Amino acid sequence: MMVHTPDMVLHNGTTQTTERIVNPDSEYLKELPNHLRTYEQALSYYPNQVYIGNKTPDDLTALPQPWYDKECDCAARYGKFGQIMPQEEFILLMQVCDVFDLVKLDKNFVAQHKGSLASNEIIDEGILSRVKDGIAPEEVARLVNEDHAEPLYHNNELVGCAARAHDIDVNLSAHVMHENIVSKASSVLALLHVVKSAGIQKEDVEYVIDCAEEACGDMNQRGGGNFAKSTAEIAGFVNATGSDTRSFCAGPAHAIVEAASLVAAGAYKTVVVTAGGCTAKLGMNGKDHVKKGLPILEDMIAGFSVVITQDNGTDPAINLGILGRHTVGTGSAPQAVISSLVTDPLDRAGLKVTDIGKFSPEMQNPDITKPAGAGDVPLSNYKMIAALAVKRGDIEKADLAKFTVEHGLTGWAPTQGHIPSGVPYLGFAREDILSGKISRAMIIGKGSLFLGRMTNLFDGVSFVVEANGGTEPEAAGVSEEEVKGMIAKAMKEFAATLLAQAE
Amino acid sequence: MSILNDKKVIIIGDRDGIPGQAIEACAVSAGAEVVFSSTECFV
Repeated sequence: MMVHTPDMVLHNGTTQTTERIVNPDSEYLKELPNHLRTYEQALSYYPNQVYIGNKTPDDLTALPQPWYDKECDCAARYGKFGQIMPQEEFILLMQVCDVFDLVKLDKNFVAQHKGSLASNEIIDEGILSRVKDGIAPEEVARLVNEDHAEPLYHNNELVGCAARAHDIDVNLSAHVMHENIVSKASSVLALLHVVKSAGIQKEDVEYVIDCAEEACGDMNQRGGGNFAKSTAEIAGFVNATGSDTRSFCAGPAHAIVEAASLVAAGAYKTVVVTAGGCTAKLGMNGKDHVKKGLPILEDMIAGFSVVITQDNGTDPAINLGILGRHTVGTGSAPQAVISSLVTDPLDRAGLKVTDIGKFSPEMQNPDITKPAGAGDVPLSNYKMIAALAVKRGDIEKADLAKFTVEHGLTGWAPTQGHIPSGVPYLGFAREDILSGKISRAMIIGKGSLFLGRMTNLFDGVSFVVEANGGTEPEAAGVSEEEVKGMIAKAMKEFAATLLAQAE
Repeated sequence: MSILNDKKVIIIGDRDGIPGQAIEACAVSAGAEVVFSSTECFV
């Protein structure tokens, strides 16, 4: 799922908040509002339609870059992988997800937009009943001006705020609470969608793993957690417990390996991996976008959820025997990193690079990264994988460029850190494997641990999703009586055949 | 003689390109003095 949040770009993205402190009169801050997209423009942005499943990565590959100046022929709000929610509904969802009465909304804003939240396809009565009526606009202004509350704007008007949860604890400040509630609300929206898409009941979910990049806790346990359980509560997963897994952008890949392992071990039957989005990264490369006359493309909060459950004999499976791992001893050279994540696990499994139909490393949208000078991140990864494939003799040197097309994908995910990290392809990978287009996909997550200043190490993990070998699901196991019946039936048919031949 | 010999260098690596530590190793081997080295993330 995605949320279009233009006002949060202005007020919560760290590029903008930093600029407001160090250079408050800058040309960038003056020019920025003129580059914000409307909700309709965000809907008709091609990569966004890929993210929610109305277009495919192949559609995007066929479309010449850049994409920001092209209008997608599909501008639907809902897709098979979720929706693109407008900001006003999301602000209400933030209030729904706040259980400590911190998100205070202008009562007029609530009255104006509650109806549209109610008509949202995925919002049920359980969610809607949590919407509070709101408070007087004067009280919202007072909380912002006199009590350190983080303002919430819509169309540049103050419509609410996130209050601080403690007078002096910085970990419960209004800023942190706002950031965490945005992450929680977007994760909840993803959870609501995933149970519907997967065709399971909320009650079926036994464990939730949150793999976002935020931290919740107070001054005595910064990052104590637990986003997973708090989102499961709002989503109505009454039979679930959960925990948080963190490793910067590599978090989702770690979490999925953990989830698959828990299911394989029989500890839990159904596990959901989930993550909400990140306000801090909104407009992260905005200075370059504005300088080059582009719209602000980093105006989307994104989230995702993945259901991992017992083998049903049909759906693609995660092969826990083919795991890539960047270890402490791997080092940080790009070749060493890709070897540890791609070729080493394939070697252990006796596979060639070309045995993987599609690789999904970090699927950042190049429309965002190229104008900012960060290049085409997925393509850089494919070139390195292809170079290693040549070195191993898996492909010819002349086929380098062909490899990046045949085994690669074009990035479509917003630069929300953990969000683009391998997992956006999972929905398409399931379809591509079920249709027989590919038989295996490798998902690669990479994380910048050094940003936390605890280690200079890099991180990464990869796993392979492959076509189901047709293992009979547990529930369809046959009893001794059934086996006897089947043998008797076969014997009868055999005898009938012999009789027919004798005649 | 390397152009980096006896030069002070500041290194900003890119996590999706060449990390600071790798550039640092090259610069030091070419005789440079690394006064600052960092790897940044732009995505």
